[in-house]
Amino acid sequence: MTAIDSPVLTADGTPLKASLRRALRREKARAFLLVSPLLLFVLLTFIAPIADMLFRSVENGIVHDTIPRTVQALRNWDPEQGGSPGDDVFEAFYTDMVFAVERKSHTRLGSRLNYERTGLASLFRKSGRRVGKFDTTDYADAFTTLDQAWEDPRTWDALAVSEGASLPRTASVHATWREVVRTDGGDPLEEEPWDVLYAALYADLMQAPAGGFDNPLLNDARTAAAGLEPVSLREQFGAIDEDWLDPQVWRTIRTYAGRYTPGYFLNSVDLKLTADGVQYRDEGDRIYILLFGRTLYMSLVITISCILLGYPVAFLLANLPLRTANILMILVLLPFWTSLLVRTSSWKVLLQQQGVINDILVALRIVDDASRLILINNQTGTIIAMTHILLPFMILPLYSVMKTIPPSYVRAAKSLGATDWTAFWRVYFPNSVPGIGAGSVLVFILAIGYYITPELVGGTRGVFISNRIAYHISSSLNWGLAAALGTILLFAVLILYWTYDRIVGIDNVKLGG
Amino acid sequence: MSGLPPYASFTQKLWHYAFRVICGIVFFFLIAPIIVIIPLSFNAQDFFTFTPEMLALDPDGYSLKHYNDFFTNPDWQQAMWNSIRIAPMATLLSVSFGTLAAIGLSQPHVPFRRAIMAILISPMIVPLIISAAGMYFFYSRIGLQGSYWGVVLAHAALGIPFVIITVTATLVGFDRSLTRAAASLGANPVTTFAKVQMPLILPGVISGGLFAFITSFDEVVVVLFVGSAGQKTLPWQMFTGLREQISPTILAVATILVTVSVVLLATIEILRRRSERLRGMSPG
Repeated sequence: MTAIDSPVLTADGTPLKASLRRALRREKARAFLLVSPLLLFVLLTFIAPIADMLFRSVENGIVHDTIPRTVQALRNWDPEQGGSPGDDVFEAFYTDMVFAVERKSHTRLGSRLNYERTGLASLFRKSGRRVGKFDTTDYADAFTTLDQAWEDPRTWDALAVSEGASLPRTASVHATWREVVRTDGGDPLEEEPWDVLYAALYADLMQAPAGGFDNPLLNDARTAAAGLEPVSLREQFGAIDEDWLDPQVWRTIRTYAGRYTPGYFLNSVDLKLTADGVQYRDEGDRIYILLFGRTLYMSLVITISCILLGYPVAFLLANLPLRTANILMILVLLPFWTSLLVRTSSWKVLLQQQGVINDILVALRIVDDASRLILINNQTGTIIAMTHILLPFMILPLYSVMKTIPPSYVRAAKSLGATDWTAFWRVYFPNSVPGIGAGSVLVFILAIGYYITPELVGGTRGVFISNRIAYHISSSLNWGLAAALGTILLFAVLILYWTYDRIVGIDNVKLGG
Repeated sequence: MSGLPPYASFTQKLWHYAFRVICGIVFFFLIAPIIVIIPLSFNAQDFFTFTPEMLALDPDGYSLKHYNDFFTNPDWQQAMWNSIRIAPMATLLSVSFGTLAAIGLSQPHVPFRRAIMAILISPMIVPLIISAAGMYFFYSRIGLQGSYWGVVLAHAALGIPFVIITVTATLVGFDRSLTRAAASLGANPVTTFAKVQMPLILPGVISGGLFAFITSFDEVVVVLFVGSAGQKTLPWQMFTGLREQISPTILAVATILVTVSVVLLATIEILRRRSERLRGMSPG
């Protein structure tokens, strides 16, 4: 007599449950092992790039990385008090600019800030040329005349180590300076100290009490510094361009100082982040809402045209004998298989004013030779060409749904007295709706992301949001905005795709036949 | 639909023929743009429309000069060779990884099957311009932008969903007792795969490969961003040609590409029928 709860054992004595569980685990591991190389491949070559794009749409490290001291100093500035920031900000900005110019990163920062406030790109470019010729050279002359030791980079090196606590600015500027000189391929122990170092030293010395140093070199310098005419960096920058005294410029910099910004997303919907909060962009710059609207509208028109043209064809194919249907199916599959550029080129050729369609219309006297139709480089061109290109994507899902509708349904309806129209409308059509849904979502998803065809036949008024993304990547180089527009488009597609999955299921995606 | 009953009323007859005419027009719309470029590519003039000589079927109206240009122009030749170098490599990568993964996915117990499937299919779902933008950003970071391998990897990623879909579809009809039989007769997993499973799913693998090949061969958006002038492919050259100085050579290239698609379409159709026949033969 065995107890009820004693486990069933396999031949080798292990409990059956454990043995089965182990087998299942092994099977799962094996399946996963087979899938993992590809999964890794797709994650690296495809998912990582998409993640990078999502990251770039909010990333804004450039302000912080290029002018870190200024960003720090601006934190203590209260723009509400009116007037431009204090001297400490200009001092920090001078130091940052000198190094930024050396690294050639100030123009990039200028273009970045120019997206938010027009004119900053040229302001930064202009200041970059002048910032090396500031009057701070007076400090350098004064200190070097006082003691030759100041010309020796080793003096600075030693001071940065021993007096780092009492000369905080000098030590910090010196550290950056060493790094910049080294990146340029120079030796920080051979390079003649730059004016920016003397300016930092002057500022440090003026903070310290007279004779407060142990080092006689510094005490002498402190005494000399007290007798020097201070160079106002605010005036120096003001002399380059009055805009540097405009608080609005500094407010813009302050607003975009964060490492992450919603700015690109706001720009994507015609808003902008200003110091006073989120506002509409200027009337003339509001193009993205219009462009998103146009993309949706044209995709909708294309989807509807595809339904209107595709439904009768799919109906015919589904109701013809298989042999005839297969032959006619070639007429659907051939365009599906033909290169996209081939189809686009043929539309470009056909739709031209001197092209085949206009020639035929003129020959048939439908239109006058002088008033040939403009069918290309506008919305008409995009809609015609894209309807042609996407039509097979409507016909194929429609066909596969219609194939499954039993012909006996319509026959039953008719035998009960329905007219042809009622039988179709009340019985056949509702059964084919899933096909319309699947085809429409598919066509719509493909249409809103299309780039090539609108670019080639759309002119300026027939382009989509994707063309704008391409423009920002390759021409305007505003990658952040391109990434933000792309992210919005991506989420729109993913939502649609989720709908598609609800209707058809991922696994039911069919290709061609 | 197929035949009209003898008792059909006049309206029914009218509708029956009107419907066929409508379908005929749609078929014409689908196929005409592709057919029309074929005679146009033999135009003796540099025009994009039928010249009076061509309409009169005068042999002087036709010439092979645009084809001649394609085969002698260094730009087009360079583009053709780039395409020939990139597409097979991308296909090889997607087919080898894809087939392995499809076999894994068709096992009865796969952890996170839906999530994995969604990731693997995503390159087909995400609009090309977004893939291109992401790849451009990411590949520039890791130094692959503007390199041969960058384009190959990008195209391989785009081709993978097609391989996964076709091969898993073939595996649905695959009879698992065949591999069990092989194993019970002493074959190790590799032999079972090579001698039993692979020959049966080969049609699916090949048609998946053809899909991947055509994806890479026709692809222009991603290569436009990920590639540099050194990777200029045939579609890229066509795209530049269409945007800047449209030359009739494009029509000759288009005709050649249509021929290639017809051959590929025929191959896939033959493979599909063969696969159906093979499946029909397997018991159960």
